[in-house]
Amino acid sequence: MKFIKFLLLGIAFGIVMAKSEAISWFRIQEMFRFQAFHMYGIIGTAVMLGVIGVALVKKFKIRDFHGNPILFHPKEKSITRYLVGGTIFGLGWALSGACPGPMVVNIGYGFLSMGIVLLFAIVGTYLYGVLKEKLPH
Amino acid sequence: MREFITQTWSWWFSGTMIAAIMFFLLYFGQSFGFSANLRTICAAAGLGKKTKFFDFNWKAQTWNLVFLVGAIVGGFIAKQFLSSDVPLEISQATINDLSKLGIAAPSGLQPAELFSLDAILSIKGFLVLALGGLLVGFGSRYAGGCTSGHAISGLSDLQVPSLIAVVGFFIGGLIMTFFIFPLIF
Repeated sequence: MKFIKFLLLGIAFGIVMAKSEAISWFRIQEMFRFQAFHMYGIIGTAVMLGVIGVALVKKFKIRDFHGNPILFHPKEKSITRYLVGGTIFGLGWALSGACPGPMVVNIGYGFLSMGIVLLFAIVGTYLYGVLKEKLPH
Repeated sequence: MREFITQTWSWWFSGTMIAAIMFFLLYFGQSFGFSANLRTICAAAGLGKKTKFFDFNWKAQTWNLVFLVGAIVGGFIAKQFLSSDVPLEISQATINDLSKLGIAAPSGLQPAELFSLDAILSIKGFLVLALGGLLVGFGSRYAGGCTSGHAISGLSDLQVPSLIAVVGFFIGGLIMTFFIFPLIF
């Protein structure tokens, strides 16, 4: 039953994403058109609290539930992969109105056509895995 | 009380909850990054036999797949028990812009023009969703993360790579919204 806590956190995540309407294509359009504060408020609040919390975890060397130190792994330095990969991601995010989390929340919400988006996101991930060595990072 | 729950949850409460979920995952020895699941699913499907990128101990990622299942259940609970019939209240400016593209004002969470059965059974409608998914899946792994891994977890740790990725998310999103949408809708 060590996984039940992750199930409960996933349920909380799904409910919050749905009730905040962050899973809505319309909300993503509002964001990319800079016509509402809602999505910026959600992400901004999460990041602001995240910055404070991560700094506190580091300062007080807080340990996790197993007693291990909570470590943050710096991501490898590059510009190309983040900028190009991020841009490709953004094109898809605006088109489908969903990033990977909201895709599955939408399916639970009853928008089964989001299953097509999820299926092709898996195909896209597979294509990246196949082409990885040929791409500039 | 019921109305309080069924209305749109405020940005500050929702953002606070997302940060709380991220910290709970850290406390449980994991980190918040949803798109890693897509790679895990490829590995679990046995694609690691031919492609090195999917050859890793995916079972160590089981917790994240359980989180994914929870997210589906959460969506279901939100719809069945916590939703109202009040249409989404989005900005009038967005409604006006979208109507020029032939997309009607919201009557539910998602536009019928993209997600209804009629839409997905048309060639164009299917291709729009398929291409959207393909770009998200490819781009998230290329960039090494999605909104949760970069915009939330990475920015919280003040990581420059995540900031570059988020700038990329917006470059892509703005190109799609302002230059490609008028061509396809």
